[in-house]
Amino acid sequence: MENFYGFFLDNLLIIYLLAFTVLLGFEIIAKVPTVLHTPLMSGSNAISGVVVIGAILLVRLTDPTDYLTLSLGFGGIILGMINAAGGFVVTDRMLEMFKKKKK
Amino acid sequence: MLLTFIIEIFFLLGSIGFIWGLRLMSSPDTARKGNFYAGVGMTLAIIAALIMPLEGNVPNNYLWIFAALIVGTIIGYYSAIKVAMTSMPQMVSVFNGLGGACAVVLGLADVLHYYDGTKVVDTLGFLTVLLTLFIGGVAFTGSIFAYAKLEDLVDDKKVTLPKHSVINMIMLAGLIGLGAYILMQGEAIGMEAAIIFLVISLIYGVSFVAPIGGADMPVVISLLNSLSGLSGAAAGILFDSQFMVVGGILVGASGTILTVMMCNAMNRSIWNVLIGGFGGTSAVGATATGGTVKEISLNDAAIQLYYSQSVIIVPGYGLAVAQAQKICKEIDDQLSANGVEVKYAIHPVAGRMPGHMNVLLAEADVPYPKLLDLDEANSALSSADVAVIVGANDVVNPAAENDPGSPIYGMPVLKVWNAKSVIVLKRSMRSGYAGIENPLFFHDRTKMLFGDAKDVLGKLNSEIKSL
Repeated sequence: MENFYGFFLDNLLIIYLLAFTVLLGFEIIAKVPTVLHTPLMSGSNAISGVVVIGAILLVRLTDPTDYLTLSLGFGGIILGMINAAGGFVVTDRMLEMFKKKKK
Repeated sequence: MLLTFIIEIFFLLGSIGFIWGLRLMSSPDTARKGNFYAGVGMTLAIIAALIMPLEGNVPNNYLWIFAALIVGTIIGYYSAIKVAMTSMPQMVSVFNGLGGACAVVLGLADVLHYYDGTKVVDTLGFLTVLLTLFIGGVAFTGSIFAYAKLEDLVDDKKVTLPKHSVINMIMLAGLIGLGAYILMQGEAIGMEAAIIFLVISLIYGVSFVAPIGGADMPVVISLLNSLSGLSGAAAGILFDSQFMVVGGILVGASGTILTVMMCNAMNRSIWNVLIGGFGGTSAVGATATGGTVKEISLNDAAIQLYYSQSVIIVPGYGLAVAQAQKICKEIDDQLSANGVEVKYAIHPVAGRMPGHMNVLLAEADVPYPKLLDLDEANSALSSADVAVIVGANDVVNPAAENDPGSPIYGMPVLKVWNAKSVIVLKRSMRSGYAGIENPLFFHDRTKMLFGDAKDVLGKLNSEIKSL
């Protein structure tokens, strides 16, 4: 339990960040109309590509002879980047269709 | 120092880009700009991650990184350009899976380095590693399995085992137990335990999606979306990156809200969706069927539509399957030219992911102000002359309102029977996804038009043209 209290006190700022981001997320997204649920989902999907940042840092820190980790990281960057790039592009494609109908 | 400052500003701007971008998503007019801001945010963060100063003598391995970034971007870009709008649920599922897989990779790298002694991780740090493996793993295999279901590569009924929910519970309990054991033993046990933990998580992902299908797909996709975000947030804690945490949590929140909305739209709790499934209860539906079904000729239907004042079209997934959105829009144009007011009533769970039907109609150039959500549609329906139902079934079932014995009793539905008359386009008298009889078809005001949606709408279109 001591361990837990210590963790809480050491990471107070990140815990605040977590709490506020969750609330902010709920608040923003609850306002999105039904019409836009699919683009919202694919757009937020693209945002979940943030994992690519972790993969980049991983590869940067890896010993160049550690091929196992390098390949893991290499694969990770590809996966995360497909998610991010593909997500934003397909969302843009969808939203373009919504836009041009405006009279 | 200056470089670190600039890097952190980039990450900060990136997070703001995400939040502001999602905020702009709340209106169709600004949504595209919002997506752009979010994309810019991501780009800034990637640049920052590439140049940020790291402690010690960093090997960087830029060749590996740039090669991977380029390959990923090209694959992502082309698949995004190529995909058909009807396949959006599949695409989103695959992307969810990739995000989860990436998080698994990050967790796995930490596991490797923990056990070979190159990285020191405390108990809570290792708990985060396990969470990353679990959430990422479930998001990964669950999404890929959901993709297979959406593509009809697997049969829902064949992959559901007897007592499936019990099996899932046991697996989950096993994961918690194994996780606790790994944390308590620390380095005393080998890496194998963590690998087994990952493998069970991956199996659990498939097993948890297996019994859910059909009309519940929008719930599953939303839930997996949320999980892929949360796995990113967990990985963000591993890398001590506030940016990843913010991004991941935002996605987690968005997925959670959509999950709840979809569940509400079906009047079912999330547990009911995850554990139950319609399968077992549908036979209970005590709806007294019978009565006669009245058919209408194409010509009569055309006349009725052409000379009415307001028509509301209720599209279901059947419309999308038949690729009939464009013909639907042509009929809309002809009627509108004759002064008929045409609107579309869209149930939140129509289609196979949240908002799917709206995108399909937008693709066919239907302006979004014509798309009514559940509440708007129900007030519009009571004054409409004709409601045309194309490929929808359960979402227009009056049993949800007035038959407590029906499995879908209490689910909010489109009250099409309040319109002066109803025309139902249907392939046959077969019941919908949920396997529930629909008394609407026997209603006094209902007339049926049998056939393939695209085919029938095409003929209806030429009938209207010849009037």
